[in-house]
Amino acid sequence: MMTILPIFQLIVLSNAATNEVKEVKIILLDHDLSEISRNLTRKITASDHFKLTGSLFSKKQALEKMQANEADIILEIPNRFEKEFIRGEKPAIQMLVNAINGQQATVGSGYLRNIISTYSQDILSEVHWVPQSNHSSISISTRYWYNPLLKYTDFMVPGILAELTALLTIVLTAMNVVREREIGTIEQINVTPIKKWQFIMGKLIPFLCVGMFIMTVGLTVGKIIFHIPMAGSLILLFVYAFVNIIAVLGFGLLISNFADTQQQAIFVAFFFILIFILMSGLFTPIESMPTWAQHLTKVNPLAHFIAVSRKVLMKGSGFVDLTSEFAYTLILAIVFNVSAIWSYKKQE
Amino acid sequence: MNSYSIEVENLTKKFGEFTAVDNISFKVAKGEIFGFLGANGAGKTTAMRMLTGLSKPTSGQGTVAGFNVIRDHEKIKTRIGYMSQKFSLYEDLTVRQNIRLFGGIYGLSNQEIREKSETILHDLRLSEVSSKLVAALPLGWKQRLAFAISMIHDPDIVFLDEPTGGVDPFVRRQFWEAIYEAAGHGRTIFVTTHYLDEAEYCDRVSIMVSGRIEALDTPTNLKKQFNASTMDNVFVKLVR
Repeated sequence: MMTILPIFQLIVLSNAATNEVKEVKIILLDHDLSEISRNLTRKITASDHFKLTGSLFSKKQALEKMQANEADIILEIPNRFEKEFIRGEKPAIQMLVNAINGQQATVGSGYLRNIISTYSQDILSEVHWVPQSNHSSISISTRYWYNPLLKYTDFMVPGILAELTALLTIVLTAMNVVREREIGTIEQINVTPIKKWQFIMGKLIPFLCVGMFIMTVGLTVGKIIFHIPMAGSLILLFVYAFVNIIAVLGFGLLISNFADTQQQAIFVAFFFILIFILMSGLFTPIESMPTWAQHLTKVNPLAHFIAVSRKVLMKGSGFVDLTSEFAYTLILAIVFNVSAIWSYKKQE
Repeated sequence: MNSYSIEVENLTKKFGEFTAVDNISFKVAKGEIFGFLGANGAGKTTAMRMLTGLSKPTSGQGTVAGFNVIRDHEKIKTRIGYMSQKFSLYEDLTVRQNIRLFGGIYGLSNQEIREKSETILHDLRLSEVSSKLVAALPLGWKQRLAFAISMIHDPDIVFLDEPTGGVDPFVRRQFWEAIYEAAGHGRTIFVTTHYLDEAEYCDRVSIMVSGRIEALDTPTNLKKQFNASTMDNVFVKLVR
């Protein structure tokens, strides 16, 4: 159970949680009906990012369609577009974007802009009397480093793997001490001369093994099923995971010490897990968060885990590149575990 | 060196406004079987938790096994055994693993743990089920195992909190034989119980009523004092 469910989640989430935008619904308002406008339409519909849901002539009708959620983007090509273009009068095309889903809107309009500008470059060079040298001023060619094919799973699998390992170990420990309190075994422990740190170590070590095991299985599954890159040192990744899992376990134990019942523990654990995940950079980049939120991610062990996992696996980063993550995680591990030892009360 | 294993003076525990244990004072001699009786909610368990270092006294003084209950509660724990009302061995460990775990916690060497395991398994005739999970054992066996494990480190005093709750008369009898044997080795036994016939087996008995000790003497003297034929009658007269 403890290994099958996380692996299942890894496989499902890695495929499902994608930022790629496909099938943006587009409506064309072609008032020009010229050769250029028709060629442009063909270029757009040839791309699998777009799905042409209608070619209309009335703007009102098009807006109604958008209202009914049948269009994400309306592209309006004005009358006399071709003529103005050939005369070099810089005609304008209007793009109306439904921005309810911000992601769909920005990425979709970005793709569209890209198609249009490429196309305009093409026809400019086709029109012979325009001197080539004047127009092609700067050409930008992009190469995507560390993920040349922009494969989304290469990016998601290392992140989800880190998330799963942390999530599982938090839940397991958060439930643990409070469970002993409910059953009554903790009384028998508290009445022995056991030292507090010994008790916490006794809780930590088995779950650390579980965490490392899940990490290993997850990486193997990632390699076999998703062919994730492993550019860096796996030993480095495991050493980091070791420190990180200790930090996360300390946090779980801290929750467990303060909870009176298992329900309470799981509720508090989930509260933090949600914050940890949403502010981890797993789905949304940390760099685009407000500054205060960016500072908060420094005390989020999951954010560091995901960053390290991606950097090591995709970029092949070495220890020197990861010193800040290592430092923060080590501090968190110490703070959480010392607090866990301190908050474990042998006497009421 | 004094001859008492437990000495308590004006020990009090308050939870907010509620006084669970109200100024109790008593002494327990070494090797004595001391019965700690009282109605439900009279404060027996709270008093016992203070003596075993599980609960911090609000006020009062006392020593257990020669250590101060306020300052040295962790040292007390090295010299006492405790078996709680709720069965508290690890049900998901085997018999042998439980012995090993608690032996290890009390700092026994591997050699000592091996010897103790054999002795306990042999004495309780549990050798055949030594690798079974504790959860699979009948309640009576579990209780006797818990009692044996509570003495794994040869403590001076053993605290038993309603050890015979819910077991059949035969196991209760076995249990009391084990208690007598332990006391025979000079160990002090501090036992709470609901069964008043068991009070007759104790050297001395104290009866708690709403946080205070209302009577403390040998069973024979108590019966004389309250003009009653059985401990049952003594108890009823006091609690009413």
